[in-house]
Amino acid sequence: MLPVIGLVAALLLIWEGSKLLFGISDQRLPHLGDIVATMFTRTQGGNGPLLLVQMLINAWATLRVAMGGFFIGGLLGFGLALLFMRMPILERGLMPYVIGSQTVPILAIAPMVVVSLGRMGAEPWVAKIFVAAYLTFFPVTIGMLRGLRSASPQSLDLMRSYAASSLQTFWKLRLPASLPYLFASLKIAASASVIGAIVAELPSGSSEGIGVMILNAAQFYNSRPPALYLAILVAGLIGVVFYGLVALAERLIVKR
Amino acid sequence: MDTPIIEFERVSKIYQGGAGPVTALHDVTLRIAAGEFIALIGPSGCGKSTLMRLIGDLEQPSNGTVRIKAKTPDQARRDRDYGIVFQSPVLYDWRTIRKNVELPLEIMGRPKEQRHQRAMELLKLVGLGDFGDAYPHQLSGGMQQRASIARALSFAPSILLMDEPFGALDEITRERLQLELLSIWWEAEPRPTVIFVTHSIPEAVFLADRVVVMSPRPGRVQRVVEVNLARPRAFETREDPQFFALVTEVRECLRATETAG
Ligand SMILES: Nc1ncnc2c1ncn2[C@@H]1O[C@H](COP(=O)(O)OP(=O)(O)OP(=O)(O)O)[C@@H](O)[C@H]1O
Ligand SMILES: [Mg+2]
Repeated sequence: MLPVIGLVAALLLIWEGSKLLFGISDQRLPHLGDIVATMFTRTQGGNGPLLLVQMLINAWATLRVAMGGFFIGGLLGFGLALLFMRMPILERGLMPYVIGSQTVPILAIAPMVVVSLGRMGAEPWVAKIFVAAYLTFFPVTIGMLRGLRSASPQSLDLMRSYAASSLQTFWKLRLPASLPYLFASLKIAASASVIGAIVAELPSGSSEGIGVMILNAAQFYNSRPPALYLAILVAGLIGVVFYGLVALAERLIVKR
Repeated sequence: MDTPIIEFERVSKIYQGGAGPVTALHDVTLRIAAGEFIALIGPSGCGKSTLMRLIGDLEQPSNGTVRIKAKTPDQARRDRDYGIVFQSPVLYDWRTIRKNVELPLEIMGRPKEQRHQRAMELLKLVGLGDFGDAYPHQLSGGMQQRASIARALSFAPSILLMDEPFGALDEITRERLQLELLSIWWEAEPRPTVIFVTHSIPEAVFLADRVVVMSPRPGRVQRVVEVNLARPRAFETREDPQFFALVTEVRECLRATETAG
């Protein structure tokens, strides 16, 4: 707990210190106190819920999409890694496309996906999950493939000497040996899926999600700078929470 | 020697490496009887590991034939005739020590009760009775190697292949483990055949019934030295004049291979 308090104190010091030192105006960098204060203002002209509550409700909507995309993208990445391990020819043939898919900026793809899936009559969340999954499957493919190949030659020799079937070798050696690699990539994928979900919210004219909050706050930035900062902080919080969940799962699953 | 358990008939092994073919073994003929303790010694790169791997069906000969109990090495492997110990313990670090020892039995489909009991029995035998629930990283190098020996013995294989198993250990641990290995081997029923690769001349002489001395690349069997020291061997064996004489003999033999080239 002490490090956390220390960190918050340091952040406070740097934030307010640089405002003072460099004379940054409230318009460009609001006081931390003002950001905290906006959390407790009421929305919808004083009749709605607290701004913080509204932010958190929207954050939850984004986290749900991110998790959906994470799950689907994770499964896809896992499957591709298995496929590539069993058939290296496929790896050589398909890997360039997999890599290429990630070099195209997501900002360019997201609107295309949202629009075309929308025309096909899909619900808006389908497109959002698609984009989140799109950013997730790549790190999982790479990490899992690396993990599946991480078993040492000697540990494989042992399996051979026991006349283990390839299924037994997978379950008792390759898969457990891959877990540290898998979780490293899942942690990257967790934050990537949140980015995917937010980016997909921007062009869709959607009604919920932290992306929508960011857009709204940006629109009213001149009259109310702290709201945008709050929205950004909450967006960051989503990533931290998701990362934490994955790290927790790792602690429960990976024994040593 | 009546029907040998391991039979090499003019065996050669050529690796097709990136830098062209390497002849690791050339024209090796060797017969090993059931229950024998054989030490393999020779300069680095002379093909000791290769010879061991050919027995264990981890490599295929380029020429000649290898027979194990009159079977192919592949068949012997499917019959679970081999227990292997490498220089590093190769324990699976996500499994407890006991679970590591159970691994071969698990793969062979033995019932849980029996697995558990056998693992505990072997851990006691190698002096790790209290460490069954520890994870490998919590044990010293010597203890890890003991666990890996227990794992190799768990399914009572008839052939034990050991590639410099004590090579990474300090002298004190090493001499203790040599004695322990000998007593485990001596008391096992039926007694397994052991192929023990080593770089240490005293270790080879202390352990083996016969020391197979190999020449540098391409590896051949230079000579086989019979070790007629009484069994069971004990700490005092190392102080026996006959022991020194045999150590000298093997050393001379190794030097002869170096100069003969
Ligand atoms: N998989 C392989 N591919 C190509 N060459 C190999 C391979 N394995 C071994 N060799 C070569 O075969 C020769 C014999 O190797 P081997 O490992 O059997 O020697 P060794 O006697 O066990 O050596 P050391 O005492 O250093 O362990 C060496 O020259 C080595 O470079
Ligand atoms: Mg070797």
